[in-house]
Amino acid sequence: MNQTVEQCRKALQQQWAGQRIHLGHGAGGKQMDELISGVIAPLFGMTGGPLEDAARLDVAGLGPGRLAMTTDGYVVTPLQFPGASIGHLAVNGTVNDLAVSGAQPLYLSCSLIMEEGLAIETLIDILADMAQAAQQAGVQIVTGDTKVVERGHADGLFITTAGVGWIAQGVDLGIHRIQPGDRLLLSGPLGEHGAAILIARGELALESDLHSDCQPLHGLVKAMLDAGEVHAIRDVTRGGLGSVANEFAQGSNLGIVLDEAAIPVPEEVHGFCDVLGLDVLYLANEGKLLAAVAADAADAILAAMRARPEGEQAAVIGEVVEDHAGRVVVRTTFGSHRILDKLVGEQLPRIC
Amino acid sequence: MDIVRDFRDGAQAQKIARAIGELVKQVPDSHRRPLQFMEVCGGHTHSIFRYGLNQLLPDEIEFVHGPGCPVCVLPMGVVDDCVSMAERDNVIFTTFGDAMRVPGSEKSLLQAKADGADVRMVYSPLDALKLAQQNPDKEVVFFGLGFETTMPSTALTVQKAAQMGINNFSLFCNHITIIPTIKAMLDSPDMQLDGFIGPGHVSMIIGTRPYRFIAEDYKRPLVVAGFEPLDIMQSVYMLVKQLVEGRAEIENQYNRIVPEAGNRHALMAINDVFELRPYFEWRGLGSIDHSGVQMREKYAQWDAEKKFDLPRRKIADPDAAQCGEVVKGVLKPHQCKLFGTACTPETPIGALMVSSEGACAAYYNYGSVQIPVSEVTRSRTI
Repeated sequence: MNQTVEQCRKALQQQWAGQRIHLGHGAGGKQMDELISGVIAPLFGMTGGPLEDAARLDVAGLGPGRLAMTTDGYVVTPLQFPGASIGHLAVNGTVNDLAVSGAQPLYLSCSLIMEEGLAIETLIDILADMAQAAQQAGVQIVTGDTKVVERGHADGLFITTAGVGWIAQGVDLGIHRIQPGDRLLLSGPLGEHGAAILIARGELALESDLHSDCQPLHGLVKAMLDAGEVHAIRDVTRGGLGSVANEFAQGSNLGIVLDEAAIPVPEEVHGFCDVLGLDVLYLANEGKLLAAVAADAADAILAAMRARPEGEQAAVIGEVVEDHAGRVVVRTTFGSHRILDKLVGEQLPRIC
Repeated sequence: MDIVRDFRDGAQAQKIARAIGELVKQVPDSHRRPLQFMEVCGGHTHSIFRYGLNQLLPDEIEFVHGPGCPVCVLPMGVVDDCVSMAERDNVIFTTFGDAMRVPGSEKSLLQAKADGADVRMVYSPLDALKLAQQNPDKEVVFFGLGFETTMPSTALTVQKAAQMGINNFSLFCNHITIIPTIKAMLDSPDMQLDGFIGPGHVSMIIGTRPYRFIAEDYKRPLVVAGFEPLDIMQSVYMLVKQLVEGRAEIENQYNRIVPEAGNRHALMAINDVFELRPYFEWRGLGSIDHSGVQMREKYAQWDAEKKFDLPRRKIADPDAAQCGEVVKGVLKPHQCKLFGTACTPETPIGALMVSSEGACAAYYNYGSVQIPVSEVTRSRTI
């Protein structure tokens, strides 16, 4: 844990103890200044001078290549949950969207929509989580915005981050490159984030040791690219593995076969899904990726993944085939086959 | 014992499948082929498709997917009643998750929620009671549905509301009971089943005795089964063995959970709160005598049917939908004219497409050997 951010978090929490966000913090006047220069700027390390309307970024020295840009909005209940918070999600989610496009993540923006009444200590906690996640991922938060809405008009805090990264010349990842025969590599066990969030809401009267898997993946992606021919990568987030596998199948107009027995699922997640009648293949993750790689490079790439903590439990879980174009078929642990379709609506717990 | 490992062992399943394949050859020729076994319970339907068990069995055996998905057999008029309550200003309407998507004649509860109704998903009726305590100025309605499996927890909640004097709580009771429904199906002339896979969780409450008439009067075997894939495979083996030996008996494969006499405390709670209705309307099956329960007069104060003025309209299923034939096993889901075209999980017309326990949704989501992949693809892209 970074000492500076941690010290800053503690000092600010003492200073702002017991205070809450009110409409004045978004009104553009003195109170907003106090919040931005007194809380946000120090946590994000924006102390180099007066704040301007736009960040100006040097791109010289990045070499030949292309710019990658992405944006994502983060809404989650509760704001803090075992293993991570909305702050970690807001940084790592955007970092991972850049990473899986083959980009080195560089800069992020941070836009906050706060609900009147939000405890400023909670806000400080979440911004400190963002600062730490950004440091861990090696990106800088360089610009942002704050808005406050009346009580009842937002669920505590919504965060939007945009990110830019640099794709070095020669790196070309995309669904268009998926070939028949490609192997599908999953970077680790499924379902921890989705299960941890549902349990953290406290409606299920379930207890568990499950933690969100939220983590940046750009280091893992780089190791994979260095190890061999990678064709496409997606981070496995909302909608789970089932959704990403379907995006691969439909986008490439090829078939996908997943080997259920090879898909790593923690025992606790299995039990959680059984109790509620949920399918782990649709549960959300925040630190996992699925890659399609050239068959002859699969072993080397798998070894490179397993050598890193984010990919310790990586596995080959399937392959790309010419049959059943556009569809995902799961070979069950029983040797039978079933179609895995895209999820319709939200997964709802079964009645009994 | 490790349920995940021991009851989901693929190699064991293959072994049982081979044993079934050998045994089925000895079934007397007087039985029509393929042998048809109905799994009454939606939980079994889900497991069969989730694990592709139908593909492991020899061609001489097929599953017929029964009416045991409580969400799937809800008539549209009941959903309309729910919506009419949910849309009142002072009501918090609570329900189990997958009931939210069942289509009414105008909208589902999920759509009513989007339109502004206060509809909340709960995991237990006791959560609804808690909401009633927390919101004394609101009327909290719990939509009670399901077979004997969910009945005891609803009954206990009503008892608790009465004990604690929580008067802003009421139950919209649509619980149903399985025995009259099995009997109605056995009496149906187009039904030719060779045996039943009996519901596991229902039997945990009611025990195995109430099924005796199936063996004694209708000469059909029934095996009460657990929900793990090996449970179901073993139950099929037990059914085939009965046919080979010319027996028709009620057997209990799920004896690690199901006692012969059921659960006395649960039955007492059910009996205290509920009584049989003269008849209950099932989607696809029509009206079946004594197949539903209502609240007894002494609990009238907590009965939503008495508290609210409900439309109680009977809405016929759309003409083209063949839900009834599918529920009775006369048609396979994909043989229905609407399957995969007008009726999909996104836009369900029949309720069998709504819950993942519904036979149609299971066929759609999990595919099946009996429908080649190409056929599924074609039927969905028309």
